[in-house]
Amino acid sequence: MLDPSYIKIQDFSFWYGAKKALHGINMDIPESQITALIGPSGCGKSTLLRNMNRMNDLIDGVRHEGDITLDGTSLYDPTVEVISLRKRVGMVFQKYNPFAKTIYENVVFSLRVAGRNSKKELDETVERSLKGAALWDEVKDRLHESAFSLSGGQMQRLCIARAIANRPQILLMDEPCAALDPIATLKIEELMLKLKEEFTIVIVTHNMQQAMRCSDKTAFFYLGKLIEFNDTKSIFETPKEAQTEEYISGRFS
Amino acid sequence: MSDTQSESTEKEPTPPAAKFDLGGRKAPLGESQVWLTAMGLALGVLMTLGLLGLIFVKGLEVFWPHPIAQITLKQDSTATLSDSNILAGPITETRSIKTGDTTREEIQLMVGNRDVYRLSFHFLNAADVVDTTYPEDIVLAERMEYGHAIFYPKFATLADGTTIPANGPGFAETLNRLAGETADRRKVIADVKSDGMGTQNRKILKAERKIRALERRGKATPEKIAALRETIATAETALVPLGAELDALNAKQRAATLTFTLPTGEERTQPFGEFVAFTYPNRLSIFGKVGHFAHKLWEFVSTGPREANTEGGIFPAIFGTFVMTLLMSIAVTPFGVIAAIYLREYAKQGVLVQWVRISVNNLAGVPSIVFGVFGLGFFIYVVGGWVDQIFYPDAVAENRSVFGTGGLLWASLTLALMTLPVLIVATEEALAAVPRGAREAALACGASKWQTIQRIVLPSATPGILTGVILAMARGAGEVAPLMLVGVVKVAEDLPLDSVFPFIHAERKFMHLGFHIYDLGFQSPDSEAAKPMVFATTFLLIVLVIVMNLAAILLRNHLRKKYAVASF
Repeated sequence: MLDPSYIKIQDFSFWYGAKKALHGINMDIPESQITALIGPSGCGKSTLLRNMNRMNDLIDGVRHEGDITLDGTSLYDPTVEVISLRKRVGMVFQKYNPFAKTIYENVVFSLRVAGRNSKKELDETVERSLKGAALWDEVKDRLHESAFSLSGGQMQRLCIARAIANRPQILLMDEPCAALDPIATLKIEELMLKLKEEFTIVIVTHNMQQAMRCSDKTAFFYLGKLIEFNDTKSIFETPKEAQTEEYISGRFS
Repeated sequence: MSDTQSESTEKEPTPPAAKFDLGGRKAPLGESQVWLTAMGLALGVLMTLGLLGLIFVKGLEVFWPHPIAQITLKQDSTATLSDSNILAGPITETRSIKTGDTTREEIQLMVGNRDVYRLSFHFLNAADVVDTTYPEDIVLAERMEYGHAIFYPKFATLADGTTIPANGPGFAETLNRLAGETADRRKVIADVKSDGMGTQNRKILKAERKIRALERRGKATPEKIAALRETIATAETALVPLGAELDALNAKQRAATLTFTLPTGEERTQPFGEFVAFTYPNRLSIFGKVGHFAHKLWEFVSTGPREANTEGGIFPAIFGTFVMTLLMSIAVTPFGVIAAIYLREYAKQGVLVQWVRISVNNLAGVPSIVFGVFGLGFFIYVVGGWVDQIFYPDAVAENRSVFGTGGLLWASLTLALMTLPVLIVATEEALAAVPRGAREAALACGASKWQTIQRIVLPSATPGILTGVILAMARGAGEVAPLMLVGVVKVAEDLPLDSVFPFIHAERKFMHLGFHIYDLGFQSPDSEAAKPMVFATTFLLIVLVIVMNLAAILLRNHLRKKYAVASF
């Protein structure tokens, strides 16, 4: 039932100009699970994540080798439309970045740009997405207020609601709790565990406890290389590589 | 504390008992620079305030009624006027002139009565003055021609021949009533001329042109010509009673007369139709003066100029400046924003784009007259000539130009081109300031690049873009040199906006406050008389620019609040 190689990364290398950021990554990310990417800053985990919805295309002078396939389709296939790809792969960023619009308009943005404007559909989407992001009860009475009136944790949950409004299959999360306090972080983690029933989640995190608490599988990156990729339990309890062990036990960061 | 620090402090006498050695300098570093920079700013503020203050005071002073001094000179003075040693007029200036060791005071008197004295202003030596009085019954009269008249009224002769002596009670009211009557009649005359006769004359002109056009094309059938001649004949018949009405009105304007004595003794009689308004400046109370001031100020901003622009108001110039600045903003904004979007969002950043950017920035430094020459050469001769060829072949055949000559449209476009770099630079900066996170979020939601720009980037950048529009407006509204080549005139017969179809006449020449200042100050037959007007016009130009900028700033602040970026 579950596809163990839902996202398949094959011998994937990536360059920012002359700088090689990823060295021949091979990785199979399973469906409907949470996969955590961990590693010290600059190890390439965010770069890999941002390649899964081709967000890195926006940067001048980038180049890649190898392939990433999603459900069997290559992301770099010339017939793939980046816009349709991004509709299937939602993304939540490190810094919460709601638009300067109302809460309602933030959630339905992806529908609006797809030209779907039926009031009924939009209303349903807002309710479903905000409930999905565990924000509905807090904002249902002020949907038409500015998104900036929310607290930081609420804004990040709004961004999650915005990312799932379009019913993507995959949700990429780039350190979603980095700018949040512990209580808000806990809420987001609970939310992720709920969301994984519906979405395949890939999360980049610096927080080892977070990776331990919520992920099913964990990948450790170091200097652009995938060092170890296994079930979270095995990575944290019986790491095979010495570097992994050093990192998770906090001997270097 | 390190060794090197204690070594350096040893040279200076520091209190040895100090527990924490913090260097012990008497004056902290940077203090003198604070003074230097603050002085620079203070000097700038002072100069700006001084300039604004001068223009404000001098500009508004024009409308304040000054008392009229009657000055008696020594018998042997060289400054006599019309062989009389008694002069009268408001004192406009006193100055001291130093020749060798002696200093003498000189008084400038606005004696008016240019038709008699040939000059409105008269200089006299203060040492020659024997006596100065401020007579109650002296009158300052504004006239349609020859500037102000200053006199003692003797009597008014009404149309039916009755005379009203000036020393009788309520003569001031009589003067005002008669001036009001002639002013009303002047409006009727203007209406008859423009609406009545103007309409008929336009009909005749149009029909005549049509006849000539038909003849040129060889399509002149006798029926058509006859119909057009019929139109002309009807219009000419309609003109006859209008002409008679005009004659009657003009005769009425001349019927009642005022007889008065000048301070220098000449007695004169002038019809009321030639007067605009009378005041007794020496009788005015403070409220009367304020009322007079408000009335004159309103007249200045709401009416058209008279007498080679040295009298009357400047409404056409205000209107022309406003409409031109508005048209310019409408033209430059989309153009500049679109160019900046391409430069910042779409173009591949490289050497070529960098060169384009440098060129655009340098364009902002090109002298404005160069843009004027370009506007004349390209917009008027090329584009305008081309428009005339295609849409107005009849005008071209008769050697007339419609768009092939300077006008409001070409002036606005020329200035739009001149202010384009300002807007491009401001818009690019505004676009660059939109946080990357907002763009990425939109793209991650499946928005296309254009949707991201249109729905996320542009709204956030709008306040910055409006800053660019404000700067462009401020530069464009005050520009004169290029306008002289592309459509500004000293006196424009008609406003660019009126009730004649198609209502907006973008091809018309127009008046402009900036050019008006130049014209008053340097092209006027009587520059002394025009000097106060220069200040008043400058004052209004500044007010207009401030008002337009304020409107844009309020709009920007409103948008800024709306599109405030989340603070982390």
